[in-house]
Amino acid sequence: MSVIYLLISISVVVSISFFIAFVRAVRSGQYDDDYTPSVRMLFDDELKEETPKQENKDK
Amino acid sequence: MDRNNCFHCGLEVAENDTILFDQKAFCCSGCKTVYEIFSANDLTTYYDFEKSPGATPLHTKGKYDFLAHEDIVSKLLEFHEKETAIISLNIPHIHCSSCIWILENLHKLLDGIVTSQVNFGRKTVRIIFNPEKTNVQEIVLLLCSVGYEPYISLEDYEAVKTGTDRSLIYKIGVAFFSFGNVMLLSFPDYFDVGEYWLDHYKGFFRWLIFLLALPSFFYAANGYYTSAYKSLRSKMYTIDIPIALGLIVMFIRSTIDMFFDYGQGFFDSLTALVFFMLLGKLFQQKTYNFLSFERDFKSYFPIAVTKIESDLTEFSVPVYEIEKGDRLLIRNQELLPVDGILISEATEIDYSFVTGEAVPIPKKSGDKLYAGGKQLGNSVVLEVLKPVSQSYLTQLWSNEVFQKKVDRKHKTITDTISHYFTPILLIIALAGFTFWIFRDVTTAFNVFTAVLIVACPCALALTAPFTLGNVLRIMGKKKFYLKNAVVIEQLAQVDTIVFDKTGTITSGQAAAIRFEGGLISAEHAVFIKNILQGSNHPLSRKLYDFLPATAHKKVTGFEELPGKGISGYIEGHNIRIGSAAYLGKPAEKGFLKTSVHCMIDGTYVGAYIFETRYREGLQALFTQLRNQQYTIKILSGDNEGERSLLKDLLPEHTELVFNQKPEQKLAFIAKLQEEGRNVMMIGDGLNDAGALAQSNVGISISENVNVFSPACDGILDAAQFSNIGRFLELSKKAIFTIKMSFTLSLLYNVVGLAFAVSGKLSPLVATIIMPLSTVTIVSFVTLLSNYYAKKAFRSKKKPTATDYEMAAV
Repeated sequence: MSVIYLLISISVVVSISFFIAFVRAVRSGQYDDDYTPSVRMLFDDELKEETPKQENKDK
Repeated sequence: MDRNNCFHCGLEVAENDTILFDQKAFCCSGCKTVYEIFSANDLTTYYDFEKSPGATPLHTKGKYDFLAHEDIVSKLLEFHEKETAIISLNIPHIHCSSCIWILENLHKLLDGIVTSQVNFGRKTVRIIFNPEKTNVQEIVLLLCSVGYEPYISLEDYEAVKTGTDRSLIYKIGVAFFSFGNVMLLSFPDYFDVGEYWLDHYKGFFRWLIFLLALPSFFYAANGYYTSAYKSLRSKMYTIDIPIALGLIVMFIRSTIDMFFDYGQGFFDSLTALVFFMLLGKLFQQKTYNFLSFERDFKSYFPIAVTKIESDLTEFSVPVYEIEKGDRLLIRNQELLPVDGILISEATEIDYSFVTGEAVPIPKKSGDKLYAGGKQLGNSVVLEVLKPVSQSYLTQLWSNEVFQKKVDRKHKTITDTISHYFTPILLIIALAGFTFWIFRDVTTAFNVFTAVLIVACPCALALTAPFTLGNVLRIMGKKKFYLKNAVVIEQLAQVDTIVFDKTGTITSGQAAAIRFEGGLISAEHAVFIKNILQGSNHPLSRKLYDFLPATAHKKVTGFEELPGKGISGYIEGHNIRIGSAAYLGKPAEKGFLKTSVHCMIDGTYVGAYIFETRYREGLQALFTQLRNQQYTIKILSGDNEGERSLLKDLLPEHTELVFNQKPEQKLAFIAKLQEEGRNVMMIGDGLNDAGALAQSNVGISISENVNVFSPACDGILDAAQFSNIGRFLELSKKAIFTIKMSFTLSLLYNVVGLAFAVSGKLSPLVATIIMPLSTVTIVSFVTLLSNYYAKKAFRSKKKPTATDYEMAAV
């Protein structure tokens, strides 16, 4: 019945990998701003068709 | 009159002034220009997210010339390489999703910007650009032209950019990892049914639990050990001592249990406790990142000023490089960074930053000007007397009274209680130990550890963070931003409230204007409005906005004499507007009001009187505060001109003190404190900074919370001024809530201790009591504080859309 060693070890390894993922997420700054990304994801990319308006860019 | 709203900024516009473009109404050409820029670049989606989200772009000519200066720019940049540079700019106007959208689409407006990213909470935008194609000045000017003027001050120039502290988040991660896994692995022990296989693997489970609990005990909880050690050394019995003691005893006992196979120990409770307490800390750690509570004069000063060389060429120099004898050009509305002598003919200086006196002071050539004054009128030249480091304002700031770190280690309510709690706990533990030691040595040790474990004041430690954190959040939604949770406790203790006058109980904007001298004919009003259009003097601007909209007339021969007035011709009529002296009218004695006198075709018509307008609900607020038994005092840097008016407005026996310099204000507060009073100072501007720092609670009131506020404990949006009484009430209720829940948690402790002392504390009982107390306490305080907040603000109108917007912050 040593399969339980294996199962528990796997579960711990899985949770450790989640923990590592969490630490990396914090380190990359994902938790610094918890509002803007939620708004940003709602913006559509409405400018799909390329409009040749380069010339009035510098205002 | 039919009124519309500007499509861009949402401001109401009168029919006559409306500019129609693209079938949309705009209040001014500035707003129209922004719309044009956006529509030309296919960015009109800006207006889809939020209705009229924009701000009117202000005139910024010459203001950002200093950004051409390499040295200055390099200090502002976060990163600079050949093809990539990064700058973070603070933009106070960021307030809605449209703002985020447009600022993240800047690359469509300016070639050279690679990407831009908004941080809504901090109100900053981080722009990555190619310095070979564009530069900081161009970016800033672009932002200004679309109504998002960045706020750049001397503080940014000096500030060392510090990384954000994320240790608490890491700790919570570790604590949760340990807690979750330990809990799962503890299940076989909870249901100790003597099942063969579970018994067989018990050892494995226990060792794994032990290993998993280690990071939680040694890393996540280490803040408690250090803080307990510190408070022991300073002989202050804070709550951290019993917590640390409980954790350590729990760990040692559990480890011994494990090694000698007595049982599984309390690792599940230990990790749960650490996790919940850290969660409480996080809950309390609400910060308003976009506000600065520690501002000094540096955040008001410009980074650079325009220097004039002997050959009359102008260029920008960093403020710190100004030397004695240099000649500087100061534009309208700019702050004087140094002391100097006025070279130009005449001007007016607004010293309200320094003295609180709101009326601009006329100065003529040769007069001495002090740093901190705001220049009003046309550009002037001055010669530097003292460089920045020695100027009046800098010295005032480095003055001992301002520097004095007020030694007021506020003793929190939790600390007060644990001051008694800790010794009592130790006495009970020792008593139980001595009682049992003569009967049964094993039970004696069991009792000793069990008492310390069960009494570990986790519920006690959770009460304050959750209550205060919740109240902090509620107040933030009502636009009362506090520096930290301790301020709420201090607010609850306040018994004396000192108000500054100018800008605090009076409204900075929209002074009431009244015409003195009979009726003014419609024709004359038209003349006056038209001639005012050409003037930039603040009084002219106010009067212009006050007068009803009229047809536009052509003004000829317009002339503005700084510090005096303006004159010009409309349809052959000569119009002169200005001070009494300018019109040759003797100033009335004792006439302290601000006024603008008018003369048309040589005949005196009358004067517009600017009356200070007191904030809405002022009288009701004072009555309410009086009913709440607060002592109220008014402290003003202004002259006594309005004493009688104030007397009528305020409840009886309100002390009024006038003509106070910043140092005197501070001394006034200090004197009250010596009398044993808990003083709350409510003020604005730099002139109150010392008093705000000295007081027990310093609240800065601000029309625009993003920009101006001196060092303080809390920032209150001016619109919420009439709610001060309610906030005080709420803070008192918060403390009441904490006390109630302390009682509740002490009851739990008594029950738990009864089990512990009698030597009957089985792991099962501990497992039930500990989380149960935690959960009930947390839900109890959250519900109760929400209920009190609702009650305190019940009579208020329904929250508006902006309230919800702020709630999301």
